Amino acid sequence: MEPLQIAEKIKQAFPDEVTEISSFRDQVSVHLKKEKLHDICLFLRQDPELDFNYLVDICGVDYLGKKTPRFEAVYHLYSIAQKHLIRLRVQVPEDAPTVKSVTGIWQGANWHERECFDMLGISFDGHPDLRRVLLPEDWEGHPLRKDYPLEGFKGEEDWPGFTEVVELSKKLKEFEW
Amino acid sequence: MNNEEKGIETKELSLSMGPQHPATHGVLRLILELDGETVVKCTPHVGYLHRGVEKLGENRTYLSALPLTDRLDYISSMANNVGYVNAVEKLFGIEAPSRAKYIRTIMSEMTRISSHIIWLGTHALDIGAMTVFLYSFREREWLLDLFEMTCGARLTASYPRIGGVRNDVSQQFLDSLYEFTEQFPERLKEYETLIDKNRIWLKRTKGIGVISAAEAVNWGLTGATLRGSGVNYDVRKAFPYDVYDKVEFDVPLGTAGDVYDRYRCRMEELRQSNRIIKQCIEQLPTGPILAPDAAKFVLPPKENLFKSMESLIHHFVLMTKGPLTAPTGEVYCATEVPKGELGFYIVSDGSGTPYRMRVRAPSFVHASVLPRLCEGGLLADVIANIGTIDIVLGECDR
Repeated sequence: MEPLQIAEKIKQAFPDEVTEISSFRDQVSVHLKKEKLHDICLFLRQDPELDFNYLVDICGVDYLGKKTPRFEAVYHLYSIAQKHLIRLRVQVPEDAPTVKSVTGIWQGANWHERECFDMLGISFDGHPDLRRVLLPEDWEGHPLRKDYPLEGFKGEEDWPGFTEVVELSKKLKEFEW
Repeated sequence: MNNEEKGIETKELSLSMGPQHPATHGVLRLILELDGETVVKCTPHVGYLHRGVEKLGENRTYLSALPLTDRLDYISSMANNVGYVNAVEKLFGIEAPSRAKYIRTIMSEMTRISSHIIWLGTHALDIGAMTVFLYSFREREWLLDLFEMTCGARLTASYPRIGGVRNDVSQQFLDSLYEFTEQFPERLKEYETLIDKNRIWLKRTKGIGVISAAEAVNWGLTGATLRGSGVNYDVRKAFPYDVYDKVEFDVPLGTAGDVYDRYRCRMEELRQSNRIIKQCIEQLPTGPILAPDAAKFVLPPKENLFKSMESLIHHFVLMTKGPLTAPTGEVYCATEVPKGELGFYIVSDGSGTPYRMRVRAPSFVHASVLPRLCEGGLLADVIANIGTIDIVLGECDR
């Protein structure tokens, strides 16, 4: 099916959920509200004409100061049998950054959702194991948010533990005969 | 009579495998819960090589984000570059000239051969067949020398450009590569005679790490890891880029979805890559290597900076602000790199830097399937499973 036809089909099935259909360079994005995302995904997976059996990617985008709601979770879906691709852009508000997990539909969503949580702080309801994946578990903040600084909050000297490490290394270098 | 019936107390052993382990191909840590030799639970910990490539990409211009892609899958940098460049070209709506496309295809396939060869050598080494490793590096060396001849770098190539390639290939390069394609099938047979019917190899690979076609798709596997299960999905056929629609090649498929079938798929892929390179050299057209409108994206030649004011200004703007003609929009562009489907999702807000640069890394997805492959199997098969999904942790952690 043509991507625009797919978008229309989603709009017919869920008229209240689709807010916009946009197209750029022959790729179609369907903008959705987040409430019925799981139902829509299940519909896309199970409908024999659509048959989206392969979840390509999930990622988050932070539109700080550009759009409200602030976040978007972007889903790329592909059907290996039908050979068509669609992009879902789900609006996620800043005060409740929670989306329903789709790990029950596609197993591959597991780590993508964990990464999205790790990098942007969007949490996924019903995820079996929502931990940080790339960063250490005690890391503070979500690096891909636009208000997260590129080069650290403080100077090198103020980095917690830095002075202690320097002192310790000086102490260890001292050698008494 | 098992131990509990005998009244012997048993408990599960927790084993931390890695992050420094020769068979993990980088820094991957697996927490294994063992019941004797059987793996009960496997929890992968990744992220040791996380360098924030996506965040860096958002703070660099379209040009200077290119070298970041070298460092994703560092043994197939050229293919990553081609993937990134294709995505940016799609965003800007420009098309590389025919000769550049052919050169890129040649480079992608050379990368595939060198990456698969390194995979074959290390995978066999992990399982206990050391000889293949020694032979396979002979061909890899040849290909790396050819990369060096073209772009001066063996590993971090950064050779393709937005709208073409950096410089033309020499006749010497083409002659040497053609000789390589003539010899390579014979060399491939050598590897196959070493392990194809080796009883130890068969015992270690047949029926190990089995994943069915439907399940493999559900997990989002791509590349040879998916095709070993018999699913016909190859980005080169599904979304042809560069000149993959002009050359003939087959997509090898497995049936059983085990380690052995994935090995066979990759070996056949090597033959197909060789075939593609040969066709590309034979068809290689003459002409420019940069698109006419590529001047907006590519730095002017260094010698012009000293002579022409326009070049100097152009250079300055490109380095500080990036290309100024970016449209507002978003594209997802996938390419078939040796590991699987490498996708770039670029959101542009019209400035010279990407607003969001998402890298869909195949190794990340493949690492997530490790628990599914390892749990219920033997400890020794964990090594075979890590090898067969062909992950590079630089790409997994980004």
